[in-house]
Amino acid sequence: MSVRLLPAVALALLALLAALLAGVAIGETPIALELVYQVLANQLWQAGYPLDPIDAGIVWNYRLPRTLVAAACGAGLATCGVILQALLRNALAEPYLLGLSAGASTGAVAVGLLGIGGAALSLSAGAFIGALFAFALVLLLARAAGPSHNNAQVILAGIAGSQLFNAITAFLITKSATAEQARGILFWLLGNLSGVRWPSVSLALPVALLGLAICLWHRRSLDAFTFGADSAASLGVPVRRTQLLLISCAALVTAVMVSIVGAIGFVGLVIPHALRLLLGPGHSRLLPASALGGALFLISADVLSRTLISGQVIPVGVVTALIGAPVFALILISRRGAR
Amino acid sequence: MSNLSDVQLAPLRCLDLGLRVRGHQLLEGIDLQVLAGETLGIVGPNGSGKSTLLKLLAGLRAPSSGAVQLFGEPLDSLPRRRVAQRLALVEQQADTHEAIRVYDAVALGRTPWLSALAPFAGQDRAIVEQALRDVDALHLQQRLWGELSGGERQRVHIARALAQRPQVLLLDEPTNHLDIQHQLSLLHCVQALPVTTLVALHDLNQALTCDRLAVLESGRLVALGAPLEVLTPARLLSTFGVHAHYLTDPYDGARVLRVRAP
Repeated sequence: MSVRLLPAVALALLALLAALLAGVAIGETPIALELVYQVLANQLWQAGYPLDPIDAGIVWNYRLPRTLVAAACGAGLATCGVILQALLRNALAEPYLLGLSAGASTGAVAVGLLGIGGAALSLSAGAFIGALFAFALVLLLARAAGPSHNNAQVILAGIAGSQLFNAITAFLITKSATAEQARGILFWLLGNLSGVRWPSVSLALPVALLGLAICLWHRRSLDAFTFGADSAASLGVPVRRTQLLLISCAALVTAVMVSIVGAIGFVGLVIPHALRLLLGPGHSRLLPASALGGALFLISADVLSRTLISGQVIPVGVVTALIGAPVFALILISRRGAR
Repeated sequence: MSNLSDVQLAPLRCLDLGLRVRGHQLLEGIDLQVLAGETLGIVGPNGSGKSTLLKLLAGLRAPSSGAVQLFGEPLDSLPRRRVAQRLALVEQQADTHEAIRVYDAVALGRTPWLSALAPFAGQDRAIVEQALRDVDALHLQQRLWGELSGGERQRVHIARALAQRPQVLLLDEPTNHLDIQHQLSLLHCVQALPVTTLVALHDLNQALTCDRLAVLESGRLVALGAPLEVLTPARLLSTFGVHAHYLTDPYDGARVLRVRAP
């Protein structure tokens, strides 16, 4: 088993490394791969190459943390998409469409602008509470609106929830933010990796890995949901506990990512869906593949966002939405045949 | 004095089981003891509570009164995993949009026996293949779920339950979507299995082949016993609202139920 997996794992790590290098090298100022290597060597094992401090600064302080956070964020959001799709048995379930991201934004803005919770609440904690709150609201609304497992209800409830929380966020910004703050927050809300530095890496990377590890640990339980919650229960899965744990996990990962880079949509939709077509529904393969796919996708989206219009950075959320929305439409259309 | 350990514990029993949902009494006062190795059929008109009773017995819903015991232990105190190692349920309408292969769908039955670290081993593979063979679906193993007919899906569900290697098997109208040949072969297969089986059935003539029958009417257990003693013409008239009488097949002497609308 592990021997059979070895080439796949090696290939995956190689792809990730190549993407990270490309993410660091490509940009407004192109940087040669050799230079990237030298900066890394200087920082990691004091190789002592004589380098231009500006180039070194761009690589080490700006591009590398940004690319690493993009990778963590993409991996985390794709993992969340897989969990939500499995637990809700809904191909369209995704943190952004279900209002988790909007709720997390509201929570983060409330903490950041109003100082709710004082020093006790960090931006991420505020985002986590917001995400959980939004998700609970969306599920309640979906349940009130009709029988469970109805694809449309959950997504409609998610849209209603997103609108509500976006409105609250906008209200908070108009009420409490200065013009300068408002501009910054609005840019961040669209999904933005510009302000990312090393402290964000040390938050995003462990959270993404932890989320993936917890889900991988429960991969068989996720598989058992294939035929519904009752079927999972009769296969020995403690349904309530598993749902609570994994949905909290998704909310936490989403919240941390939103608090760092804002609401980036559709990663959790596009990547798991594409990989399900390729690999089938088994979570032991789907989860790691989605995490990797999400990382590659968001690194690429970030590179695109920096290079598409020269001299300007498009919010990365705009790029993912431009790719994700058509995919969403395609899934909707292909589902029609399956009904 | 008899040695207590010699007394075989009932695989499944329930005491005064009841379920009330939003003011509707779906089940009431059900006392039932399933004997080791038997095939116990549950019959009753639509809405009499057959599926609900099976859900309660499988521990998927908590009763509002009474209790279920699995081999003498209260069901609600057992971890789900332990329950699933002994008891499997085949529901009526479990479906999926996933493009899952038949083999993998049946392999899900091994879930209660595997952990995060225990890999799916050769022994599990053998059990899955045997389960597929038991329901005559080995040739389907590489097919996708979406390509299967209703009857084939039903057989795959049963194979998954068998792959759990349960001691008690609960089946909710398993022959519903099957053609006549597969109905008969499936019932035969289920009755030949060395497991205790509780099966909700629609076809009364099929119910006659069970060891015992329980008759449900509006959520109450109104009769329990040998099929021919239970499904009397009087019972069929009062519970099912049909006139019925028995014929004897001259071919093998079997009793056949003939029903007419009143």
